[in-house]
Amino acid sequence: MEHRPIKTDADTRDHLVVIGNGMAGCRAVEELLARDPARYRVTIFGAEPRVNYNRIMLSPVLAGEKSFDDIVINDADWYAANGIALVAGDPVVAIDRAARTVTTRGGATESYDRLLIATGSDPFIIPVPGKDLPGVIAFRDMDDVDTMLAAADAGGDAVVIGGGLLGLEAAHGLSLRGMKVTVIHLMPTLMERQLDEAAGWLLKQALEGRGQTILTGADTAEIVGNGKVEGVKLKDGTLIPASLVVMAVGIRPSVALARDAGLAVGRGIQVDDHMVTSDPAVLAVGECVEHDGQVYGLVAPLWDMCRSLADGLVEQPTGYRGSVTSTKLKVSGIDVFSAGDFSGGDGCEDIVLRDASRGVYKRVIVRDDRIVGAVLYGDTADGSWYFDLLKKQEDVSDLRDLLIFGQSFASGGGAADPKAAVAALSDDAEICGCNGVTKGQVVSCIAKGAHSLDAVRGTCKASASCGSCTGLVENLLALTLGDDVQAGPKTMCKCTSFGHDDVRREIVAQAMRSIPEVMQKLHWTTPDGCSSCRPALNYYLLCALPGDYVDDQQSRFVNERMHANIQKDGTYSVVPRMWGGLTNPTELRAIADVVEKFNAPMVKVTGGQRLDIFGIRKEDLPAVWADLNAAGMVSGHAYGKSLRTVKTCVGSEWCRFGTQDSTGLGVKIERMSWGSWMPHKFKIAVSGCPRNCAEATIKDFGIVCVDSGYELHVGGNGGIHVRATDLLCKVATEQEAMDYCAAFIQLYREEARYLERTAPWIERVGVDYVKARIADDRAGREALRARFLYAQSFSQDDPWAQRAEGAEREHHAPMARFTPQEGFLKEEIGA
Amino acid sequence: MTGDWLDIGWVDEIPVRGSRTVQVTGGDDIAVFRTAEGKVFALRDRCPHKHGRLSQGIVHGGAVACPLHNWRISLSTGEALGEDKGCTPTVPVKIDAGRVLICRASTLKAAA
Ligand SMILES: Cc1cc2nc3c(=O)[nH]c(=O)nc-3n(C[C@H](O)[C@H](O)[C@H](O)COP(=O)(O)OP(=O)(O)OC[C@H]3O[C@@H](n4cnc5c(N)ncnc54)[C@H](O)[C@@H]3O)c2cc1C
Ligand code: HEM
Ligand code: SF4
Ligand code: FES
Repeated sequence: MEHRPIKTDADTRDHLVVIGNGMAGCRAVEELLARDPARYRVTIFGAEPRVNYNRIMLSPVLAGEKSFDDIVINDADWYAANGIALVAGDPVVAIDRAARTVTTRGGATESYDRLLIATGSDPFIIPVPGKDLPGVIAFRDMDDVDTMLAAADAGGDAVVIGGGLLGLEAAHGLSLRGMKVTVIHLMPTLMERQLDEAAGWLLKQALEGRGQTILTGADTAEIVGNGKVEGVKLKDGTLIPASLVVMAVGIRPSVALARDAGLAVGRGIQVDDHMVTSDPAVLAVGECVEHDGQVYGLVAPLWDMCRSLADGLVEQPTGYRGSVTSTKLKVSGIDVFSAGDFSGGDGCEDIVLRDASRGVYKRVIVRDDRIVGAVLYGDTADGSWYFDLLKKQEDVSDLRDLLIFGQSFASGGGAADPKAAVAALSDDAEICGCNGVTKGQVVSCIAKGAHSLDAVRGTCKASASCGSCTGLVENLLALTLGDDVQAGPKTMCKCTSFGHDDVRREIVAQAMRSIPEVMQKLHWTTPDGCSSCRPALNYYLLCALPGDYVDDQQSRFVNERMHANIQKDGTYSVVPRMWGGLTNPTELRAIADVVEKFNAPMVKVTGGQRLDIFGIRKEDLPAVWADLNAAGMVSGHAYGKSLRTVKTCVGSEWCRFGTQDSTGLGVKIERMSWGSWMPHKFKIAVSGCPRNCAEATIKDFGIVCVDSGYELHVGGNGGIHVRATDLLCKVATEQEAMDYCAAFIQLYREEARYLERTAPWIERVGVDYVKARIADDRAGREALRARFLYAQSFSQDDPWAQRAEGAEREHHAPMARFTPQEGFLKEEIGA
Repeated sequence: MTGDWLDIGWVDEIPVRGSRTVQVTGGDDIAVFRTAEGKVFALRDRCPHKHGRLSQGIVHGGAVACPLHNWRISLSTGEALGEDKGCTPTVPVKIDAGRVLICRASTLKAAA
């Protein structure tokens, strides 16, 4: 770059020196020139050896959609025409505020009257071994793009560390350039600062569909290579080969110069509303500044800052008041938009629209009748409209019902009433896109007697698949019938218009694999569900995908998460399994030792023929389990929606009335069925004769032994509503008793609703149905049994043993301890 | 290290849609939550209803469901949501370079 003469002796104007030839620095100068072109003599120092260009367009350059020339904002002529001296390729290394001079690396010194620091940000490089190897780069300037293009020409594998905006744009470009790209992201959700879980999931699907490998929840341990980068190693040991590693994990305001010069620096260079630093002669603007506690990483705030800065420089101060930002991902074909605050919370109302067939997710967050945030995926056309309403703090109460459908719909022809909007639709307007049902068809189906949502779904299928048109169908019902509409199906919870059975059927029919996927495909109206639907979905998926589905711990009730029962004082009770109610001296001794060692205040014999140790603290649970495991005992799942106990009597081994070995059979059944997750708790009992000492006829599955075999009883319940069992059938052999038991459990697991015990389930479906499926249909029974045993092959891991060995120890240990007088002690947790 | 803010650890130590606790000697624990959106909140670990451990509840949206009787408590205000009435003290949180800091004075007040 050519050096221009910086000084003209004749020029007596104040000298404005700008450090940073980037987006903010040059924009500030443009704003100044627009107000008063003659007021200052201007010199700009830039570290990069080139003119001012649009940094955000580096992504399209990398993707091959633009060239460098296309993204230049101000070419050499602009500097010349405005008499601006540009010193490019020679960074400023020191500021002397007393002498009012700056010095460059090349040794040039220049004096200033006003100084403007616009040094932008430095990419953050995570301090892992190998970070300095050749081939490891950031994504910040044109040089980085050139390095990436050279690597792409050589082909091979690239790893992008960081699944935020920048990382995904880098990954997209490299993948278009023919590299095999893996994105490593620490968090579970891509772009988690801009997107909620639902939109992040859709994005991940789309990128994977384009051949990128996306690893979320992945932590980089080191970058390996001999003389140049060869791969990235994760903390879990995985090694991913790579000839190029792009670190895009974040940026830090570039403040070193300012700090060395003694200016006030927090996270960024601190400025007032006129972009003046702690030294009145020095201004700062752009990503390097901190204003009102905020630092920014996007261009929109820079424009506002530059305006206020220029107003101040020409002594017509206005003042910058902070910015609300919005983000768009620049990956062609994938539309993502987010703005404002989407963390939800108090007084916030979420309006969610999901359209699975088009891959659309829209969420607008409203507080006090004002939009406070928006996340759009797949259809971002209304992003700017929402953002505008948000920035203007406009009252949207009149638009409320139609807001989510977008600007054209909401402001179209006085249609503030959704019913009126639906009434205005023509008869052949499509209501249900999934099943191709028109308004005329829905209305005629209602006229023919479908007077509830459920009935409409059952007859013409409208809203029966994804549910996104449920609102429209409800409006048609109201329009056609007035007050005669019958209440719809009981929905799973407030987050969905579907009932449990519909959700389950669709999970299987559409082969869904995760909670966010179900919520997207079935148009959940909340971003991440609630404490009713999350555990239910987790169970349904677990049941549908044995061995495959990864349990979502955060969707489980506390007892199942801690593998113990929470008590009202916040301590836990621990119940080890005693097979069929049998125990021995080793087990009893181990229990006695645990009680003493952990000061358990109480031990009780339970109704399920085992011992319950009370008052264990959360932190002690892993140690208690370790001790019980050592004596051969495993979790009794007394906390779970799962098999609890198999209660037995002493039977023919000891009792003079006993007809069969009820104890032995009970032990075998418990060994077969323990560890299985169920819609609700499940209790079994085996009695040796009709005297029924084990109370088998108030159990979910009860066996009463008789001389000629085994009577099988189902659907009994103690508790508030005592219900005696129904007789299922009688079988001759012990093996049959076990096989029928397995088949019955599986039928219950597959068909009962979450949190429905066997008693209400059987009352709902009828005992004859259960008989038909288990007793009468031999092939069906055997298939059920086989599915149960297959599922069991994955579920009989003792959760206690895993926890005792340290799995998920963070559930048990506090994050930190704080002792007020002695100050603050951070406990070492994990590594 | 004492000051206005207590540094309690890395954000990543708190499971997403989950929580961890800070033990305060001589007082109630403080529960620290992280939502699906990655926001972090701190409350006294005590439900306004019958003192359930909120840190053990299911986190959804900006609320936690108490493990004992399923009251929903707002993470930002500590107020019970819906029909239920009651409030648990909140502790201001800030995140700095991936570290979680909680307000010392509010911690002492909430734990007392
Ligand atoms: C690939 C990419 C894509 C992006 N996409 C978007 C987007 O879609 N939307 C959006 O809003 N934002 C986006 N951004 C962010 C946006 O580019 C920045 O917010 C903006 O560039 C910040 O402007 P700035 O002037 O503060 O910093 P910069 O533009 O970085 O300018 C600072 C300049 O100062 C120079 N400098 C630093 N120290 C010295 C020194 N001591 N002496 C001399 N010169 C120095 C630097 O070399 C640099 O040229 C993107 C950024 C990147 C890298
Ligand atoms: C002469 C007849 C009976 C004999 C010899 C007998 C014997 C027994 C024995 C040995 C047990 C202990 C079983 C074990 O826990 O392993 C027991 C328990 C039990 N018996 Fe009987 N029983 C008889 C009649 C009855 C009758 C008629 C009833 C009910 C109406 C009954 C109800 C029970 C119950 C509920 C238990 C379990 C108690 C508990 O677990 O706390 N028994 N019986
Ligand atoms: S149920 Fe029959 S076999 Fe079993 S203990 Fe009671 S009397 Fe004896
Ligand atoms: S103690 Fe929290 S809901 Fe009852």
